[in-house]
Amino acid sequence: MRISRAIASVVVTIMIAALVAGARPAAAADTIDPDADFKAFRDYYTERFPNVPLNDFVNGPYSMDAELRKQWEAIDDFPPYDFAIDRGKQMFATPFKNGKTYGDCFPDKGTGIRQNYPYFDDKSGEVITLELALNRCREANGEEPYSYVKDEMASLTAYMAFTSRGKPFDIKIPNDPRALAAYQKGEEYFYARRGQLNFSCASCHVQNPGNHIRTEVLAPALGIVAAMPIYRSEWSGMGTMSRRLVTCNSQVRGVPLKPQDELYRDVEYYLSYMSNGLPISGPGTRP
Amino acid sequence: MRMQICLAATCWLFCAGAAQAASTEADFKTALAAAVAAEQDAGALKNQWIPTEQALAAAKKAAAAGDFDAAVAQAKEAEALAKASIAQAKEQQTAWKAGVIR
Repeated sequence: MRISRAIASVVVTIMIAALVAGARPAAAADTIDPDADFKAFRDYYTERFPNVPLNDFVNGPYSMDAELRKQWEAIDDFPPYDFAIDRGKQMFATPFKNGKTYGDCFPDKGTGIRQNYPYFDDKSGEVITLELALNRCREANGEEPYSYVKDEMASLTAYMAFTSRGKPFDIKIPNDPRALAAYQKGEEYFYARRGQLNFSCASCHVQNPGNHIRTEVLAPALGIVAAMPIYRSEWSGMGTMSRRLVTCNSQVRGVPLKPQDELYRDVEYYLSYMSNGLPISGPGTRP
Repeated sequence: MRMQICLAATCWLFCAGAAQAASTEADFKTALAAAVAAEQDAGALKNQWIPTEQALAAAKKAAAAGDFDAAVAQAKEAEALAKASIAQAKEQQTAWKAGVIR
């Protein structure tokens, strides 16, 4: 009798524990808590890849695969993005028709500020990425905006990233319901499945970093934005964060959003916040 | 009896074939309108699929060539794909939370 009571007691205890454990993620998921998300995100990668130094996550697939890393180190003797840095530097210094320059639109004349983007603008109530800020600077000075995906925009962001190399991401999420909503929309976009292949960003970059998809080694989401913009062999050229998001959507057979769509900016905000403290490594090289 | 069955089967095949071959421009327009409406709904959810767009383009191309059987078939395919993308988007409005690192 005592034994059966004891068994019943253990069973009830396990059931209650299971209910409590089951309820916790749901409750957490309904609360917007960037700090808790940040800690869980960081712990997930550092526990899963204990041999990868924290700052090395910014090197994406090269932090996951030794052979790939050797190839990258060889390529980086003569980095294929060098021409973009030079071009961006020249563009950055060239005045607009009205005599002003890009530097006039940014804090610290635009040097060494990449790590602070994207930010939440409390006046307009939206997330401002570096790409968006550059085009708004052009338009404010009477110039036509550039394509967001490559060429001039990639060159400008390559130069600006280069001036921030080694500086840690410092993304702020103010205690403003609009900023928190943007953060959560970005988080949702990252985890929601889409496209005919029914993949989310997380399917590759959370569940499968280090694994192969065809010949590619998948990068971890931690630090994935730090190397932007990148020279991709697959593209035979430079591409921006916008280009990366557009091609990710296409690869899962989803119709991409327009570059710099609000949701793309929100997901960049989310991923950049998750990378806080990691060094800017852009511009980068990827297979 | 066998003769009757064969005759009935032949008639059914003929009728089915005739019915299939009878797709008209009006049928295509109806099928296309349904597909386009569904794809617009998917667009409002920011979750359109590339194969849906491809099927819509194929339907219009077939119609332009006068092949309304193929045009209707492609439009119906597009509608089915668009509805699948809508279902995916609606399901993911809550399901995404299950994948979040906690």
